[in-house]
Amino acid sequence: MTAAVDAAPRRRLSPRKRAQRWRLVQYGVLVAAIALAVVLADWGQIAEVFFDPSLIQETYERGLPEAFYYTIVYTAGAFVYGMVTGTILALMKLSPVGPYRWLATAYIEFFRGLPAIIVLIAISLMPLAFPGLLFPLQPYFPVWLGLGIVGSAYIAETMRAGVQAVPKGQVEAARSLGMTAGQAMRKITLPQALRIVLPPLTNELILLTKDSSLVFILGITVAQSDLTAYGREIANAESNLTPLVVAGFAYLLITLPLSLIVRRMEASAARAR
Amino acid sequence: MTDTPLVRLRDLHKSFGDLHVLRGIDLTLDKGEVVCVIGPSGSGKSTLLRCVNLLEQPDSGEVLVDGEDLTDPDCDIDGARRHIGMVFQQFNLFPHLRALENCTTALTTVAKRSKAEAEDTAIHNLERVGLADKVREYPAKLSGGQQQRVAIARALSMDPALMLFDEPTSALDPETVGEVLTVMRQLAEDGMTMLVVTHEMAFAREVADRVVFMDEGVIVEQGRPDEVVGQPREERTRTFLKRILDPTHVGPT
Repeated sequence: MTAAVDAAPRRRLSPRKRAQRWRLVQYGVLVAAIALAVVLADWGQIAEVFFDPSLIQETYERGLPEAFYYTIVYTAGAFVYGMVTGTILALMKLSPVGPYRWLATAYIEFFRGLPAIIVLIAISLMPLAFPGLLFPLQPYFPVWLGLGIVGSAYIAETMRAGVQAVPKGQVEAARSLGMTAGQAMRKITLPQALRIVLPPLTNELILLTKDSSLVFILGITVAQSDLTAYGREIANAESNLTPLVVAGFAYLLITLPLSLIVRRMEASAARAR
Repeated sequence: MTDTPLVRLRDLHKSFGDLHVLRGIDLTLDKGEVVCVIGPSGSGKSTLLRCVNLLEQPDSGEVLVDGEDLTDPDCDIDGARRHIGMVFQQFNLFPHLRALENCTTALTTVAKRSKAEAEDTAIHNLERVGLADKVREYPAKLSGGQQQRVAIARALSMDPALMLFDEPTSALDPETVGEVLTVMRQLAEDGMTMLVVTHEMAFAREVADRVVFMDEGVIVEQGRPDEVVGQPREERTRTFLKRILDPTHVGPT
């Protein structure tokens, strides 16, 4: 046994050296891939189809600010609807009353499991089931309803987790001062729960922003179309992807600041702990 | 009316699952009396305290406070709790509210006082616990002792007839225990009726009118502090006190 060890004087690489070599190989692969792309791709063609300067300008001027506005309004309304419904559902799910819990669970599981697009199609076809049905506030109401229903199912679960994360002693202190269960919930538990779930709620908002690209299903007029529908419309007409690229960057204008806010909030929450 | 006790517990029983925590507790508190409950952990003292304002629902027995049976299903428990202040081991201050708002929030939502009136009351009580200069602070900025004093001021702001203390100094750094006990002693001298679960034997001996020793869900003995702490009659009390008062000479059992 000892002889075998002695007979192998060749020193093995230290773990650090091995890790260094392995990383060198990884960088090599990355550089090779980039070089291949640079050599093989037709950059002139790509620039023309994705980043045509004259089309960028035209996309902006033909109504990008309006589409941007509608995307935000559709998303914001759906988020408000989702927050209200989601909070009610969360409270129902935490209720000691059985039927409330079952109803909330059924709603959440049903709409969380469905693709948003199916909910939106169902809403657009509602008049088939209820002839003569006309949603008020066209086009806002059906949009808010459709996106809000889907959002509320997720928000409900987030809010429930937030409420449950507030220590039990908080409610006990509130109740010991004579507050009713409802007063303790409104004044003590919910404000703290909201603070806890602010980061995941902002993520919810980002998801809703992107889901708002599905509202074309509801047959919205060109003048009121959201960023995606707007970009696609011009892209199809011009046989060029530039308008969609522009629309895509417009989404990032909304979602990147939100991500930044989430990161800030998480960092300050970590510091407070 | 004056000779009816403020608190009367009659044959109180409480179980958590298979664990029979309270096994028939009878206890009365007269108005202005300070009663300390001592006993080993798990003896049911905190549960007993939490039954007095029904944070814990007793399985059987009666809880009479000021003549009202709180265990009656039709009793207005929220109304009754307004007059029963409670101080918790972990303070349970509302972290999203400043010291002042911790004291005013129940006044404005429960007692329907105006904001100005509630703030006057709150400031008066924060002064009473020596925290007039911390009115605008959030709990996270305060030391443990200061937080517990805010919690006392919060309970006092509701002008309670009875104060319950659930091991109020057990979560504190040793050097801040004194400031909380001083506030509690002052409160006792002002004539507050107090039921205190504590391990602070010096406080029990000096401030309490009566000491109650509990073990395994029953009251083993009770009486004047110099009797119960000084010359306990029961063997169980003697063993417990020896462990508490002389912890470096306890045999390994």
